[in-house]
Amino acid sequence: MSSERDTPFVTDDTQVQTETRDARMTGAGADNRFNSKLREAFGSSPFILTKFDNFMNWVRGSSMFMLQFGIACCSIEMMHTYSVKHDLDRFAAGVPRASPRQADVIIVPGTIVSKFAPRMKRVYDQMPEPKFVVGMGSCTISGGPFQEGYNVIKGAEEVIPVDIHVPGCPPRPEALIYGVAKLQQRIAEGESSPVTVKPYELEQFNDLEQDEIVDKLAEQIDEDDLVMRYNWADSP
Amino acid sequence: MSLEEPTPEDGAVEVLPTEGDEIADLLGDLVVDREEHVNAPGFVIRPDTVQETLTRLRDEAGFDHLSCVTAEEREDRYESIYHLTSFDDRQREVSVIVPTAKDDPVSESAEPVFRTADWHEREAYDLIGIDYDDHPDLRRILLPDTWQGHPLSQNYDQDRPQIVTLKEWENPLAEDHREDEGDTMYVNIGPHHPATHGVLHVKTVLDGEQVADVDPDIGYLHRCEEQMCQTKTYRHQIMPYPDRWDYASSGLLNEWAYARAAEDLNDIEVPEYAQIIRTMGAELCRICSHMLAVGTFALDVYGDFTAIFMYAMRDREKTQNILEDLTGQRMMFNYFRLGGVVWDLPEPRDEFFELIRDFLDDLPEAVEEYHDLITSNEILQSRTIDTGVLPPEVAKSYGATGPVARGSGIDYDLRRDDPYGYYDELEWDVITEDGCDNFSRLLVRMREVEESAKIIEQCVDLLEDWPEEERNIQANVPRTLRPDDDKEIYRAVEGAKGELGIYIRADGTEKPGRFKIRSPCFSNLQTLPEMSNGEYIPDMVASLGSLDIVLGEVDR
Repeated sequence: MSSERDTPFVTDDTQVQTETRDARMTGAGADNRFNSKLREAFGSSPFILTKFDNFMNWVRGSSMFMLQFGIACCSIEMMHTYSVKHDLDRFAAGVPRASPRQADVIIVPGTIVSKFAPRMKRVYDQMPEPKFVVGMGSCTISGGPFQEGYNVIKGAEEVIPVDIHVPGCPPRPEALIYGVAKLQQRIAEGESSPVTVKPYELEQFNDLEQDEIVDKLAEQIDEDDLVMRYNWADSP
Repeated sequence: MSLEEPTPEDGAVEVLPTEGDEIADLLGDLVVDREEHVNAPGFVIRPDTVQETLTRLRDEAGFDHLSCVTAEEREDRYESIYHLTSFDDRQREVSVIVPTAKDDPVSESAEPVFRTADWHEREAYDLIGIDYDDHPDLRRILLPDTWQGHPLSQNYDQDRPQIVTLKEWENPLAEDHREDEGDTMYVNIGPHHPATHGVLHVKTVLDGEQVADVDPDIGYLHRCEEQMCQTKTYRHQIMPYPDRWDYASSGLLNEWAYARAAEDLNDIEVPEYAQIIRTMGAELCRICSHMLAVGTFALDVYGDFTAIFMYAMRDREKTQNILEDLTGQRMMFNYFRLGGVVWDLPEPRDEFFELIRDFLDDLPEAVEEYHDLITSNEILQSRTIDTGVLPPEVAKSYGATGPVARGSGIDYDLRRDDPYGYYDELEWDVITEDGCDNFSRLLVRMREVEESAKIIEQCVDLLEDWPEEERNIQANVPRTLRPDDDKEIYRAVEGAKGELGIYIRADGTEKPGRFKIRSPCFSNLQTLPEMSNGEYIPDMVASLGSLDIVLGEVDR
């Protein structure tokens, strides 16, 4: 009896599974599908160890919901980017959402004028965090060809913080895809989104008991544009 | 052939006053002074006789189309110019000029005579600062209500910052709506909304599911196109801007509007070869634009990025490829020059022609596919037939043109009625449908695609056999153009959405003194309340889609 217990307890079932797996991975005529880089990294372990932050960044970068947001000429090229031939969905960023509440990324495709700027700010505020902004075209950089116009905002950055600028008038769909891919790369590498604090949130800060965290966060807010970058590494 | 001179059906048409003197006789004492514009005789009248004059011109002389209202500030006066023409005979034109005093610019409104004057005069009030008596609703249209001053008037301070936060201007959910005890409900559609085709804001009052009142609020893309053109020189600097008015890839059609006005202003003759290239390029743009209209209309009605939208995009990609080969750009072509086009067809030409022919060969099958998916679909039919009805008389009063007018049975197409380019040498038909509903407008666009294909095919045939030594793409045009002081012109072309007109007043320099754009979408959008009041709200969205507006052109 005791000699039987010296060997690890292995049922026939797991024995079969192990053998099958080994045969697939190493045997002659191995199925290459099972020899991916990922499998190599995992070994035979079904677990992967990583920082949760890194994992979340990877997830964010690999599944971006875009806001269906058309302003001007660039939005036509943006539609082409979403549809056949260019198909942004191939890059895990092609699900246009009609509601800002469900979107991660807002592509600003066009000239922003005085009447629209506050509306765009409101749409941006309605998006849940973390949120990212791709400025598409020259108008979102500087006002583009309409810069001298009395009614034109000289760039999207005057209203909302922009992560990636894609120049062009309008940029080709390939350029937009490149911009989005760059954004994904930055997100996957741990870029956090700038957070705009709304005025009413500032008021809420005032109502709270002044504890250490609130003080620390309040310091980080730029009073001019109410933009703050969360830097959790330095947070108390 | 469809391009013959329209023959008068009875004797009545012939006696309509057309020449300057005949109209002067008709107007009699109303005329204070006379002017001569390049396109039409101009009559100066007193500001309190606007309605009388326009009524007489409309009822007794058949000028039933108020194409455009241009307002401008001159050194010593304000001026409103009413550009009148006739739906039956586009080449009969007349300008009515209403000067008003500098210190008290009040003029009678033309709204009771032509409904389209409503928005045009609001725009004049907004940008120039002329007041219109009797106007039903004179408030700002393009700029926010908080705006100070009138930006196209002479002493406006361009550097004054005018951007305010949303809190400071109109709250869309004003208190008076919130407290209402009535049965209606107020809904904001837009300016960020997938069904508004851009940044249009429709203030809607609903009674149950029916639309009680609609007020389109525009100006969310007013990027000062007129000011931009007024600060640029005729020869090269203005041409890139038309591409950006109607940006649904109608670039060449828009460029043609400017090219036509500026060429007629400066007496430039365009070589025949260049005209054929222009015609071909413009019709490719029309196909491209109508494809987008059809695709997004299906998107509005079916409500998803379905097959039709993708198919339309696929065909647009094909036309954009051809246009890119021709012009070097996918959307913002900047291909026309005054007196011709910038470069010849791409080499090797055979390959280019084959590309076009392949596209044209595939087109009938593609159109068949659209008909299978869209027009013969029962869901779409029940959503579009007999909804958004726009009777022809109403359409005329609102100055609707293009597919919107032709969908209401108005046989009006500038390519035939006021020929330019190479259209009058080619075989093609003007498409009309008399259903007056959303379905008719859709059908008109789809059938126009086929007509455009016919035109392109004939152009390709001509270009292939054109003698090598006569491939003259540009006329000799001086480096700097300085049209005579006070020379005025209003010229229009048939854009993808309708009559795209441009008024230019030269002031003796190389830049226009006043540059006014008559946008077809601006007038077409005005018909939305007519079409949707009393209808269900999904039908309003379908009507909006069938108008095929492009906000860049509505707001300019």
